[in-house]
Amino acid sequence: MSSAATTSPSVDKVDGFSRKSVRKAKQKRSQSSSQFRSQGKPIELTPLPLLKDVPAPEQPELFLKKLQQCCTVFDFMDTLSDLKMKEYKRSTLNELVDYVTVSRGYLTEQAYPEVVKMVSHNIFRTLPPSDSNEFDPEEDEPTLEASWPHLQLVYEFFIRFLESQEFQPSIAKKYIDQKFVLQLLELFDSEDPRERDYLKTVLHRIYGKFLGLRAFIRKQINNIFLRFVYETEHFNGVAELLEILGSIINGFALPLKAEHKQFLVKVLIPLHTVRSLSLFHAQLAYCIVQFLEKDPTLTEPVIRGLLKFWPKTCSQKEVMFLGELEEILDVIEPTQFIKIQEPLFKQISRCVSSPHFQVAERALYYWNNEYIMSLIEENSSVILPIMFASLYRISKEHWNPAIVALVYNVLKAFMEMNSTLFDELTATYKSDRQRRQSLERNTF
Amino acid sequence: MNVKVAILSIQLRLNSIKKLSTIALALGVERTRTELLPFLTDTIYDEDEVLLALAEQLGNFTMLVGGPEYVHCLLPPLESLATVEETVVRDKAVESLRKISQEHSPVDLEVHFEPLVKRLASGDWFTSRTSACGLFSVCYPRVSSTVKAEIRQHFRTLCSDDTPMVRRAAASKLGEFAKVLELDYVKSDIISLFTALASDEQDSVRLLAVEACVSIATLLPQEDLETLVMPTLRQAAEDKSWRVRYMVADKFSELQKAVGPEITKNDLVPAFQNLLKDCEAEVRAAAANKVKEFCENLPEDNREQIIMTHILPCVKELVSDTNQHVKSALASVIMGLSTILGKDNTIEHLLPLFLAQLKDECPEVRLNIISNLDCVNEVIGIRQLSQSLLPAIVELAEDAKWRVRLAIIEYMPLLAGQLGVEFFDEKLNTLCMAWLIDHVYAIREAATCNLMKLVEKFGAEWAQNTIVPKVLGMANDPNYLHRMTTLFCINALSEACGQDITTKQMLPVVLKMSNDQVANVRFNVAKSLQKIGPVLDSNALQTEVKPVLEKLATDTDMDVKYFAQEAISVLALA
Repeated sequence: MSSAATTSPSVDKVDGFSRKSVRKAKQKRSQSSSQFRSQGKPIELTPLPLLKDVPAPEQPELFLKKLQQCCTVFDFMDTLSDLKMKEYKRSTLNELVDYVTVSRGYLTEQAYPEVVKMVSHNIFRTLPPSDSNEFDPEEDEPTLEASWPHLQLVYEFFIRFLESQEFQPSIAKKYIDQKFVLQLLELFDSEDPRERDYLKTVLHRIYGKFLGLRAFIRKQINNIFLRFVYETEHFNGVAELLEILGSIINGFALPLKAEHKQFLVKVLIPLHTVRSLSLFHAQLAYCIVQFLEKDPTLTEPVIRGLLKFWPKTCSQKEVMFLGELEEILDVIEPTQFIKIQEPLFKQISRCVSSPHFQVAERALYYWNNEYIMSLIEENSSVILPIMFASLYRISKEHWNPAIVALVYNVLKAFMEMNSTLFDELTATYKSDRQRRQSLERNTF
Repeated sequence: MNVKVAILSIQLRLNSIKKLSTIALALGVERTRTELLPFLTDTIYDEDEVLLALAEQLGNFTMLVGGPEYVHCLLPPLESLATVEETVVRDKAVESLRKISQEHSPVDLEVHFEPLVKRLASGDWFTSRTSACGLFSVCYPRVSSTVKAEIRQHFRTLCSDDTPMVRRAAASKLGEFAKVLELDYVKSDIISLFTALASDEQDSVRLLAVEACVSIATLLPQEDLETLVMPTLRQAAEDKSWRVRYMVADKFSELQKAVGPEITKNDLVPAFQNLLKDCEAEVRAAAANKVKEFCENLPEDNREQIIMTHILPCVKELVSDTNQHVKSALASVIMGLSTILGKDNTIEHLLPLFLAQLKDECPEVRLNIISNLDCVNEVIGIRQLSQSLLPAIVELAEDAKWRVRLAIIEYMPLLAGQLGVEFFDEKLNTLCMAWLIDHVYAIREAATCNLMKLVEKFGAEWAQNTIVPKVLGMANDPNYLHRMTTLFCINALSEACGQDITTKQMLPVVLKMSNDQVANVRFNVAKSLQKIGPVLDSNALQTEVKPVLEKLATDTDMDVKYFAQEAISVLALA
């Protein structure tokens, strides 16, 4: 790669084949923040005494005053403004975090609205536009939140507050309501992964403690996913939300409600169609498997759904689908297996003969799975005819020697499973091929 | 089962769906109605590509089912298609439904179409309710007033639907629906829906309301705007979400036209100023893009005063904005202000801004200024700028990114025309020649085309004196790519230069290159001869061109032989 020209640029120096790395521009840490800018006048907060320095009866009131002070939001895009006050707020927030963790008897009823107000003022904001139009989460560095020094402490504080022994959901539910949760969920679109991680914990705690909000939360997550799949294909927090859903699904009571089954079929399965699947596939697969462990009768619609959305041109996705399918097969009940074996192995037969060796290899690895092998063996009379033609053909024709080796092993396994059928199929295949070849010859 | 077969079967189904009209013709209208359509209604579990084709076909099926009398038979399959998950299929189904609604008689609308819309609007999955939103306005105008009331009711319900997707669909159709309503209902129903949607908790809904604002404002009489529309609009221009503010900026010119001059003066001018100073760069850029249009559409009596007092100070700030997109957007429109402000104001206030942007570090900004020079030329003549123009052009011409170089080449003929031939010869000629030997082929090609345009502007004599010698000189360059460039230039210039120059100066050079060592050069010689042949006289063709082509036709290289033979046959020299 040529270095930057040291003399004044002239046409001769420009070489179409050297490339100044485009990545260079992105390596500078980009920050963004969409808080309303303050008017420009400096912010003044009167310093308050430390909580540990005042007698216990006065602490609750001081606590409230500090919370109110922390409602003031600072402009972090302007790195030079209000430095002293920013530091003061930071140390106050730190103090509040410690206080909430260790103290007893500080959580009066008046504290709840002030806490929620302080948190709302700080975290609820319209997220700034993405720096680049084509932010590729896999490749590009995310834009980080500029006000993180304060924001992180606010999140820490809120989580300790929610986890505190004194916390009473019956009081808090007046303030942590649907509107609050809705704004919280919107923040999951933040590009800053640290923020999303905190949000995950916050939402998880809220879901756990506020039974009345659970249905609403599930519904709003539905809406987010539906919009993601059908309208925008853009949302940064899918993985985090799926992680939470994983533990929610884990806690479902049996028999599963219709609402949950609908969620599986109409939301989780279509999520597989999105281009950025690799970012959240692990979490998605976990959710799917959880559902199937709860209710095995859902296996057929799930597998049919995956087959319907099977990737046609993206090999990377195909490999992911094969991985997920194997996880499903790991827990499948034999009765369910029989229901879907035909369409399933038709697809596997196509994968096995894929010219993309990673896809072929991944599919062939199914034959290393003991449980799958046992299922195949039990049903070899159905499965072998479906797989035979592809296997035989690629054993002769595939370009990749490793694949050919794997295929030979598979063919050997089949031969041992059901040698009569195997020989029959070999004979039919050969005679079919001869017939086709002579037909082609005769037409010319 | 192998992949080929799988794909073929989808392809087969797809092809048969595309031939559906042929099948329907063959069946005749009655069997189409009684057999084909029910069959299609039941095939809805098929692949999305097939469903999409189906949705499209059905929109054109009116005659095939027997004309407008029977068009309602198409409704059942389209209704199913309008509830499908996949967005493109749904949208196409709605499009087709809208089309065939025009063929329904008012009675059929009430008996068949409106019930369909009702069912969709009450569907329990959001997809059908979203589709319903697109059908209200086509069904409203021709039905009775009781049915109209029902339709209005359904629309109202969808505007406050639980699911944001549905509210978004409703908001995006609000303007369209308002246009078909009676004015009284616009005032009573639409305004309240508009206000509600504009205060929705999701910004994606609020911003759609801004779009609707334009349509609504156009429908209402001026005296009602202040009370019914302006409060919402003011709120939108200061919305806490930058996306809503962006939408306001983006639609600003339309809003300006819709609200009229008085409100513009009192409300929109301060709003526009705020948008130009917004804290979010996207919003500033969107507003910057509208500066010229906004100023042009201000009422004539105080236009100049408003611009000088309110708009120009903001514009000055934007010239040194930190964000390059903002500066770039501004650069593409700022020149247009000169025609509005006139000569004196341009020289005093705008000229420094143009010059500052001409020196901007971002090439796009500089390019945008240069591409709009004709506006300024009208008012003050670009001689004033030429001192700064030249370094700017030179820097762009040598930019490391070839696309930037390409862009400036494309403006060269315009600049040359405006700056005049002497200026060009003095300063820009070397540049144009240097481009001919650029490393990037696209530049060399554009440079060749540029030369052709310059010759068209300045004439053959100028060409003969200034550029032809240099072009022909490249024929001796050690780099074969440059020698080929000579040939490409000759191809481009011969017609404009005329027979004389072509025969006396260009032809000998071409013929000499037929002995070139590199085959690519030789076969391009053949191609050149084919190209310039029509410009030469038949004597030159017979005595000079033909022997050389015949020699090339026996060349060792296959391509040389081929092109030589082709040239011989095209020029009819055989």
